[in-house]
Amino acid sequence: MNRKNEIWVFGDYRNYFQNRVTLQLIGRAVELAKEIKATVCAVVMGHDLDEWIGEYMAHGARRVYVVEDPSLKEYDAETYAHLTARLAAAHSPEILLVGATSFGREFAPRVAKRLNTGLTADCVGLAINSDGLLVQTAPSFGGNLLADIVTPQQRPQMATVRPGIFKEIPHNYEAKGEVIRIPLPKDIPARRIRLIKSVRQTQKPQKIEDAAIVICSGRGIGTQKKFNSLYELAELTDAEVGATRPLVYAGWADHEDLVGQAGKNIRPKILFSFGVSGAIQHTAAISGAEFIIAVNKNPQAPMMKMADVAICADAGQVCAALIRELKKRIR
Amino acid sequence: MELVVCIKQVPMVSELPWDPATGTLKRELAEGMMNPACRHALEAALQLKARQGGRITAVTMGPPMAEEVLRQALALGADEGLLLSDPAMAGADTFITSRILAKAVKQCRPDFDLILCGCYTSDSETAQVGPQLAEELDLPSAAFVEEIDMKKNRLIVSRFSDGFIETLEMKLPGLVTVSTQCYTPRYFSLAGIEAAFPDGAPIRTVRAGDLGLDPESIGVHASPTRILKVYAAGADKENIVLRGAPKQIVDHLLNRFGDRIGGAMGKDIKKNRN
Ligand SMILES: Cc1cc2nc3c(=O)[nH]c(=O)nc-3n(C[C@H](O)[C@H](O)[C@H](O)COP(=O)(O)OP(=O)(O)OC[C@H]3O[C@@H](n4cnc5c(N)ncnc54)[C@H](O)[C@@H]3O)c2cc1C
Repeated sequence: MNRKNEIWVFGDYRNYFQNRVTLQLIGRAVELAKEIKATVCAVVMGHDLDEWIGEYMAHGARRVYVVEDPSLKEYDAETYAHLTARLAAAHSPEILLVGATSFGREFAPRVAKRLNTGLTADCVGLAINSDGLLVQTAPSFGGNLLADIVTPQQRPQMATVRPGIFKEIPHNYEAKGEVIRIPLPKDIPARRIRLIKSVRQTQKPQKIEDAAIVICSGRGIGTQKKFNSLYELAELTDAEVGATRPLVYAGWADHEDLVGQAGKNIRPKILFSFGVSGAIQHTAAISGAEFIIAVNKNPQAPMMKMADVAICADAGQVCAALIRELKKRIR
Repeated sequence: MELVVCIKQVPMVSELPWDPATGTLKRELAEGMMNPACRHALEAALQLKARQGGRITAVTMGPPMAEEVLRQALALGADEGLLLSDPAMAGADTFITSRILAKAVKQCRPDFDLILCGCYTSDSETAQVGPQLAEELDLPSAAFVEEIDMKKNRLIVSRFSDGFIETLEMKLPGLVTVSTQCYTPRYFSLAGIEAAFPDGAPIRTVRAGDLGLDPESIGVHASPTRILKVYAAGADKENIVLRGAPKQIVDHLLNRFGDRIGGAMGKDIKKNRN
């Protein structure tokens, strides 16, 4: 078969302003493409797509496959999977990456099944190994372990990735690329699901379990005033504030905010931990945190041992310095 | 309605004893329980059955001890259990699992109206089996649904999807995966099952051969993916220690990890030129 050696990124644009996972995947694909000398392509379907075609090119796609038709206006996992699988069968991409959005998590497994290929869900890392295979790193066994997974034979190699794992490339509206328009096939199966209503969800208050950044405080923060200043840091970083049991018992924090065996499990991308000793009843619930920055006066505290960055200092002072510095630096 | 609920047995991690020396879970001591999302799916099926009438078949694939979750399903109100158990099925990934489930449903409940699955399992969280089962059986599907109802011969479901609340109408037969937000599961007493089934629980064990499945097509080898290695998530942690004046520490932190922190926030954090 005539392989053009392409990496495809599925263009999921529905909730673009909250969720730029497609651009993030294109950003990563550009890096991967260098190693296997591939072309980064976006695949996009729907109606009135020019805006997205432009965005994907500006952010690094060199070729965009487009299926545009008024009948595709509403997202439909089955129809989109049908079209994507046909396109992939015709063009044989090496790799197909999909954002792990609500839609992507239903769509990607269907595409993989149709193409008889493997799919790794919720990857936290993607790399090319010495055999030129895509190494898909995903959490396994409840998040305590990571697994490196490959798809040796079948193509494309498929992975879904949550928003926020990779970084998008800054846009360049001068960037040029090729647009390949594919007419809607005539024999496309009729939709078996009809969208009756779709209402934009009113922004629900973020929950600590879902937050990308959590600031967790323990008794070592010292005073209630200093504890309250963590909310200012949280505001700056779009974070949620959690607490250990002593602070909940003290009434500084609500039971809702308790992180641990008796409270919430969290899996943020970044966990700031201020003045927490790291008792197992607490740490059991933070094993899913991807990157931990702990502040504690005692370098021997278990929390410091499990941190990526262990800051040996006074919790209140580091919090104040972070607030000052972030105010200057956040764009 | 002819309802099929797919259920998985998972380890009861939150109840696991700790190893105080290492602070890790003693996973080998794990007891099995019904995957939480599957309990929600079963609850959704029970409520549908209460309104529409019909029959619920609970299906699980797993080792012989997985029969336990079928007994629970029966105690809760399912009518029959189907245990797909065969050494040849061990190690199946989502790709193979959906193939086996599809075969079993086709053979044992070909006249089903609706298949309900949990939206994901607590031990692997791939959320793939539902959609792939729909693909195997050529069904319409809706993943992560919150509410299910029937209107004439159509299923009406609603769900949260990427910032939208969607209401969808689906032709049957079809498949849904049920989220853990709604359908709070009822409690069960295992005593209930003896009362309901005095002649023994109606659970049928099905082997690969009964389904006409070639062991080659369902074993670990049939999976398109290979695991290269498994390692502790923290093993590659550098455990960088920072000391000094708070301002210095924060500068160091933001210059080195500002991208990462900013990435999680979706904002840019400037680096200091120094
Ligand atoms: C059945 C059971 C369930 C439990 N469930 C939970 C739970 O869900 N969640 C939970 O959090 N706990 C829970 N606990 C309690 C848990 O065992 C710990 O007691 C608790 O987590 C300790 O909280 P801490 O780290 O804030 O306090 P401490 O253990 O007192 O630690 C305070 C830390 O702050 C440091 N420190 C002191 N001063 C400073 C300073 N100026 N600057 C920086 N650092 C400083 C100290 O070095 C110390 O490491 C549970 C306990 C039991 C028995």
